[in-house]
Amino acid sequence: MNAASGAPGSRILSVGEYRPARVVTNDEICQRIDSSDAWIRERTGIVTRRFAGDDETVVSMAAAASAKALADAGIEPEDVDLVIVATCSHPLQTPGASSEVQHLIGAVRAGAYDLNAACAGFCYGLAMADAAIRSGAARYVVLAGSERMTDFIDPTDRGMAFLFGDGAGAVVVGPADRPGIGPVAWGSDGSQSRLIYQQPTYVEVQRALAAGSLVEPVALRMVGPSVFRWAVTQMAPVARRALDLAGVRPAELGAFIPHQANLRIVESLAKALDLPPSTVIARDIETQGNTSSASIPLAMAALIEQGQVQSGQPALLIGFGAGLTYAAQVVEIP
Amino acid sequence: MALSKEEILTGLAEIINEVAGIPTSDVQPEKSFTDDLDVDSLSMVEVVVAAEEKFGVRIPDDEVKNLKTVGDAVDYIANATVSA
Repeated sequence: MNAASGAPGSRILSVGEYRPARVVTNDEICQRIDSSDAWIRERTGIVTRRFAGDDETVVSMAAAASAKALADAGIEPEDVDLVIVATCSHPLQTPGASSEVQHLIGAVRAGAYDLNAACAGFCYGLAMADAAIRSGAARYVVLAGSERMTDFIDPTDRGMAFLFGDGAGAVVVGPADRPGIGPVAWGSDGSQSRLIYQQPTYVEVQRALAAGSLVEPVALRMVGPSVFRWAVTQMAPVARRALDLAGVRPAELGAFIPHQANLRIVESLAKALDLPPSTVIARDIETQGNTSSASIPLAMAALIEQGQVQSGQPALLIGFGAGLTYAAQVVEIP
Repeated sequence: MALSKEEILTGLAEIINEVAGIPTSDVQPEKSFTDDLDVDSLSMVEVVVAAEEKFGVRIPDDEVKNLKTVGDAVDYIANATVSA
């Protein structure tokens, strides 16, 4: 049997983003929950977030972000070998989002699959793109993180309604002479699967409909303080492992781009890693909310746009969330 | 080496000051975290994590709910360090 031959490394060539048009303020959220703008800003750092409209779907947002990333990278759609869409909010079990995205962006030769690792989806996706390129399975990969979290959030849930937003970020990953994506540090803790979960399940809804009985709408639930505690205590060692694997010291980091779950988690992790003042810390959550697997590419795009990071600088990414599952790696800013 | 309750209170006050910006002089045993000191559930998590590190104790999630006042926390930490 032959083996494919790959590249010595892979790197992110470009980032594209799609942010829904509708901006939603804390005051608007507070029309349906007993809270306040000040409380939300203090507890989470969120000032505004974006809500997707009917024509802004997981597929359309991923495709838009991916098309921008391709144009920016100067890569032709026909040269894309693989399309990965990281999402946990595509509203149907099948077909996944990735084939439609592959079709919309014109990646006629590409394979496609969806990846569901909740808020760690983008980092897992990067690890998969890097592995595909280094193994020779692909030369160019489009990876998008795309979410419509608002489809699954109860607007009257006082603990959840203000946290989440919608959007998509995408990267083109290509071959490189040396690694531009570091080795991944990943893990999972399924013993805590009840900390963040959808309820009811789709089967429970089906059964209730068939029986003509009442059922609550499908929604995301979370045991906030426990998740917060897990993130601030367990994720710092994972981040350090990613740095060690890449052979990069905290002082060398141009940016720290963690999943934008909550600004206080971001700040707590940054502090635990003892980052120097020169390392920019991503705070996209302030105007974007928590967009699960879209949060890291969106935050990266924002830092680049704002001129806060330079091309080639190392950045530490870490995603963590429902599962519980997590993944981190150092990458070079495109 | 077991700490006195005064030492634990001082240490806890430093942590609460750092996490929630509350003046150390306000952190007294009879004060309630949520009602008197305005320490919300997320800040409580940060306080607990810092206290675990500072005092070398374990404070599981289901114990945290029972720590209503500063005094409750001091007592818990004092007992935990003795039996460590």
